[in-house]
Amino acid sequence: MLAVPPLWLAIGAAGLLRPRSLRLSALWLFPLGAAAAFVLAAASLAELAEPAQSLVLPLGLPDLPFHLRLDPLARFFLFLLGAAAGGVSLFAAGYFRKGEGTAPGLLCLQYHVFLAGMAMVLLADDAYLFMVAWEVMALSSFFLVTTQHRIAAIRSAGFLYLLLAHLGAISILLCFGVLQGGGWQFTFDAMRQAHLATPWSSVAFGLAVLGFGAKAGLVPVHVWLPEAHPAAPSPVSALMSGVMLKTAVYGLLRVSLDLLPQPQWWWGLALLGLGLFGALFGVIFAAVQTDMKRLLAYSSIENLGIIFGGLGLVLLFAASGHPLMAALALSATLYHCLNHAFFKSLLFLATGAVLHATGERSLGKLGGLIHRMPWVAWLALIGTLAIAGLPPLNGFVSEWLLLQAFLFTPQLPQPFVNMLVPLGAAALVLSAALAAYVMVKFYGVIFLGQPREPALARAHDCGRLERIGLSWLAAGCIALGLLPVPMLALLDAVVRQLLGTGLGTLAPWWRLAPVAVERASYSPPLFLLVGGAVTLGAAWLVHRLYHGRVRRAAAWDCGFPLQNARMQDTAEGFGQPIRQIFEPYFRMQRELPAPDDPRPAYRVTVEDRFWGALYLPAAAAAQATARLVGKLQQGRIAVYLLYSFVTLLALLVFVL
Amino acid sequence: MNAANLLAQIVVVALAVAAAPLFMAWVGQCRAWLANRRGPGLLQPYRVLRKLFHKDAVLATRASSLFRIAPYVQFGAMACAAAIIPLLGTDLPFATAADAIALVGLFAVARVFLALAAMDIGTAFGSLGARREMLVGFLAEPALLMVFFTASLIAHGTALPAMATAITGHPLAIYPSLAFAAVAFLMVLLAENARIPVDNPATHLELTMIHEAMVLEYSARHLALIEWSAALKLFNYCAIGFALFLPWGLPDRVGSGMLAALPVVALKFAAAGAGLALLETVSAKMRIFRAPEFLATAFLLAVLGLLVRLLLGS
Repeated sequence: MLAVPPLWLAIGAAGLLRPRSLRLSALWLFPLGAAAAFVLAAASLAELAEPAQSLVLPLGLPDLPFHLRLDPLARFFLFLLGAAAGGVSLFAAGYFRKGEGTAPGLLCLQYHVFLAGMAMVLLADDAYLFMVAWEVMALSSFFLVTTQHRIAAIRSAGFLYLLLAHLGAISILLCFGVLQGGGWQFTFDAMRQAHLATPWSSVAFGLAVLGFGAKAGLVPVHVWLPEAHPAAPSPVSALMSGVMLKTAVYGLLRVSLDLLPQPQWWWGLALLGLGLFGALFGVIFAAVQTDMKRLLAYSSIENLGIIFGGLGLVLLFAASGHPLMAALALSATLYHCLNHAFFKSLLFLATGAVLHATGERSLGKLGGLIHRMPWVAWLALIGTLAIAGLPPLNGFVSEWLLLQAFLFTPQLPQPFVNMLVPLGAAALVLSAALAAYVMVKFYGVIFLGQPREPALARAHDCGRLERIGLSWLAAGCIALGLLPVPMLALLDAVVRQLLGTGLGTLAPWWRLAPVAVERASYSPPLFLLVGGAVTLGAAWLVHRLYHGRVRRAAAWDCGFPLQNARMQDTAEGFGQPIRQIFEPYFRMQRELPAPDDPRPAYRVTVEDRFWGALYLPAAAAAQATARLVGKLQQGRIAVYLLYSFVTLLALLVFVL
Repeated sequence: MNAANLLAQIVVVALAVAAAPLFMAWVGQCRAWLANRRGPGLLQPYRVLRKLFHKDAVLATRASSLFRIAPYVQFGAMACAAAIIPLLGTDLPFATAADAIALVGLFAVARVFLALAAMDIGTAFGSLGARREMLVGFLAEPALLMVFFTASLIAHGTALPAMATAITGHPLAIYPSLAFAAVAFLMVLLAENARIPVDNPATHLELTMIHEAMVLEYSARHLALIEWSAALKLFNYCAIGFALFLPWGLPDRVGSGMLAALPVVALKFAAAGAGLALLETVSAKMRIFRAPEFLATAFLLAVLGLLVRLLLGS
């Protein structure tokens, strides 16, 4: 397992041998990297419940060797990394073309360094290695985002990403500084022994939320996601959204449940509130997007919000002495991480295939692709249904588990928290229902209906490797949806490591009943069996008893004679009800044509209020400070000599 | 799970599927009587279904296979839902395969497939209907879930049989929280089944229709299945209402008690149908953008019910 990150680095370095050769990276290096990823996933899954193993590498600075540790938590996230990255790498092998910015060999290096960086983040057992790996991950992904660096918008998106990544990194660094508790030992083991006092542990937790939240797209430090995801090539967006955001979840789990002592209940409440607010925020903004990758980026903000909300629930229960409920919430949260890795990677890759086939990212110029790209369309349908939280696919399972955790809320010591938790359930179901709206819009506008541009008639389906990559991820969505019990039994090792108690036995394998069968149970295989049998039985009976005759004719459309592709709902049209209902949440600008305009144009832009409220003032303040400091720099040598003289005088006064 | 239970389960589902058009006809007949008309009789939906099944299906040239499978998926989902809801007893085997949350998920499957099918051909009305349907759905679904959550707090679980028995278990218990939930549920029922005041099942005026706009391009057997599953959906919703708010008379084991329960259930349906017809006759259809307010009210009422249950324990 430990051989995989160096192998990825070697694969990346091999790409540099012939940086201009596409054949080398597409035919050999990317498939090899995918194989390594699958090996990593299989090995991590097989050893998930094994006891923790530590290793000290004689690398790094003198007296600061790299500490590695493999425990169930790290193995689970390594499994997630391997399973998702395997599919993405296979797709990437067929995806990258020549002449798109960075040369293929260099891209291969950046891609595999990114993978290795993420793996090292998960393996690190001291703050030093963790930060090095974290920075490797951030920088390599920055270069991947700016693959097409000749476009100014992509450069500025990359800059925004880099800025927030470093704000987060500083916060994480400070968090580790607090965690070491005065012992000046930066191994995680020393931090576990540090026994911080409560105020300091709360400070560390706050810094961790800010730092990891900036990576995971927690509102209000989410603004880089909708910029960077559309800018990056699709396999990179898939990896960033599917896997890299989860390394932030891993980091927060590691800090809050492993390194810090007993959590405080209000940490949980704060995180629950932040997460659920982010979930609603993300999904409402996703509903009004017109760029397919921005839409998915906002949907990632939603899903990570749900994950952080679940994590808040875990902390709340763990702090109030309800370990079983905490275990249920943690299982649900981890399961959602895994689900999101599969379906979001799948959908990002599908948008990549669409982008290559049509050259369009804007929803307003797509449509009807199910006829031209059946493979992509039907596989994307699985991802769409999964992310919309429909049974029997995987998105529903984690949503179900999380709702159970919300509903079985035992009596918590704080009465008002008791009242707030069900409101959290309300926010969760609202965002889940809105996600279905968003995904119908996403799928319907891209793949269904009539093509909105004549050029779409030339769209082609994706190649063989891309199909295999997509199929793997879709199969993961189905398998995780149908067989949650075996997967949860494996996850139990992680839950026991973090909380001390697990969910216990979950038998039988076909029925999920975390508390008791009489109270709540869900059996996906039986569900699919009965649903499928009834559906197919109905179809068979209808054809048997009557007939299966079909005639083709022009669409009826209430008899309206004029029908063209422009008359379908656009993405703006489909989002219009949401824009109207949630109007106060948006910063909206409308431009309506004058009544006598011979060429009327209607334009509406929807922006994030956080830009105006938080980021633009912060940027202005930074610039004002810079200008003040700038006044000191006169550029005249006499002035600088004066500064030295004054400093000397001041020092003399202080010392004497 | 023995053979008798399995048989009972199949019989109950078959009964629900067969009786759903009858219930639809009963509501229509009551509406006709209230409007001082004679009405088409109780067998009219069956005649319509028979006619539609015999016709050749006409598909638009642009229709993909998604368009053709959607009616079957919808019908399957509704029949599956009939198996989950405790209609004639609380001890049927399929009830443990899915709880109330999965039931809501099942309704969502049907809705999403129908909305996608409506967008498939790419007509103006199809996508308009899909958008409106999803608008109603995203507000009604959370409201329905909150109703279930209120009941689940009383029953200590989200399994539907547990909810039904929790209320009958305490003969004299009156729950104010359930009263809030019941009102919210009624509003959701009206919205989800395309009834007045949210949608009008009888309209074909293009600008006001929701459900009808989505199914405009369907014909023959596909249309028959959609109509049938719409009837089954209304039937299912009423059965959920009985299970949550009027669960008296449900036998707790498989056997002859289920036969005895049949007239009680039939009576409940007759009363509910008449009540629904009365409600639809005295109210007017809302503008489409009033629908979110209507459903937001339902959502808030359900949340209020939940809070009443949590804070006052009643």
